[in-house]
Amino acid sequence: MSEFDHDHGESGRNHSPGLSRRRILECMTWAGTGVLWTISGGVPRSLGLVDSAMAAAPAGLSFLQISDSHVGFDKPANPNALGTLEEAIARINAMPARPSFMIHTGDITHLSKAAEFDNAERIISQAKLDVHYVPGEHDFLDEDVKLYRDGYGRGAKGAGWYSFDANGVHFIGLVNVVDLKAGGLGNLGAEQLAWLEDDLKGRSRSTPIVVFAHIPLWTVYPEWGWGTEDGARALEYVKGFGSVTVLNGHIHQVMQKVEGNVTFHTARSTAFPQPAPGTAPSPGPMKVADDKLRGLLGVASINFKPGDQRLAIIDTPLQG
Amino acid sequence: MIPFTLRVHGKLAMAAAILLCLGAHAFAEDTEVTIDNFTFSPAELTVKVGTTVTWKNHDDIPHTVVSAGKFRSKTLDTDDGYSFTFTAAGAYKYFCSLHPHMTGMIKVE
Repeated sequence: MSEFDHDHGESGRNHSPGLSRRRILECMTWAGTGVLWTISGGVPRSLGLVDSAMAAAPAGLSFLQISDSHVGFDKPANPNALGTLEEAIARINAMPARPSFMIHTGDITHLSKAAEFDNAERIISQAKLDVHYVPGEHDFLDEDVKLYRDGYGRGAKGAGWYSFDANGVHFIGLVNVVDLKAGGLGNLGAEQLAWLEDDLKGRSRSTPIVVFAHIPLWTVYPEWGWGTEDGARALEYVKGFGSVTVLNGHIHQVMQKVEGNVTFHTARSTAFPQPAPGTAPSPGPMKVADDKLRGLLGVASINFKPGDQRLAIIDTPLQG
Repeated sequence: MIPFTLRVHGKLAMAAAILLCLGAHAFAEDTEVTIDNFTFSPAELTVKVGTTVTWKNHDDIPHTVVSAGKFRSKTLDTDDGYSFTFTAAGAYKYFCSLHPHMTGMIKVE
């Protein structure tokens, strides 16, 4: 497939519908059962809870995001992270509308052990979906730093970045967990940024863009390292596009922000929750009552309806 | 002196052994930096040349101890430790390469 399939005859739509409303900046955190929301001209609009969202069958592209499965984690916050990953996959398999594919935004494993990667693959493959991965910092911990690259990074550039197209949407998987500098945040690096600029060159501004990476590309809470040092550079390259969606993991909770025509969203983990920014001494695993855990773990499904320049994200917890 | 100290237990015997090993060097007591709540504690530590510093991770999340060009631990899972002996004076800044907002410094005199 040509990278420029969708560029023909669309130059007249080369504009950014949300620019005049760039002042809008909203941050929303959902702890409940999930919400379908859409963006139109930069204004987020809630359409209701999951059930009604499910009832409106998506006409366009639908894909799933899972994140932070931390296979191998066995501490008090969740002694069986493999089990909750299995539950998440079972829920995906039970979804009435089958998604086109899945993205995994990193921290597949907890310690990058071969057995952890094997177990993750054994469970995730049960969804029988193509999975597009980006690595988390927990996926590069093996001595030779090769298990992730060998298992998932083939055909990718650098430490594992790449792009692909699906249903007219351009997907970009970035790596911001290597070469981190003392005192800093996540890091993309000059080589990856140059690749990104080149990847977007000549692409029609009406092409919907989905960028996914492990650590949030926007600054969520620098005191806990929740942000990307040079993330603003990447966002500079994509912000001229009419519809941009940035999907991240790492912080093990749902957080959303809309800035102009760029929508930011972080997904829940399938392994353990982490505290809201600044509400605990550290971002470490948060121990909650056993009957509360599954309400804080989950997956996200993302629907894109062509022509609408709209994108809907539904966060579904494992329970509740 | 030796027969006497060998008769006592624990720290005294250890101190005697260290004194014997060090010879002309100043007394350097090995010491520990703990990792709790994504924080090195103490964040700054001053030690004598020859001191071995051991980092101990008490978090439920792995960390590393990295000083560019000087030393680099493997990944420390919960309760894992890493030791480094400082043989030259200087200021050694270090950080966790997984969570780079975690920083610390060892001053060696």
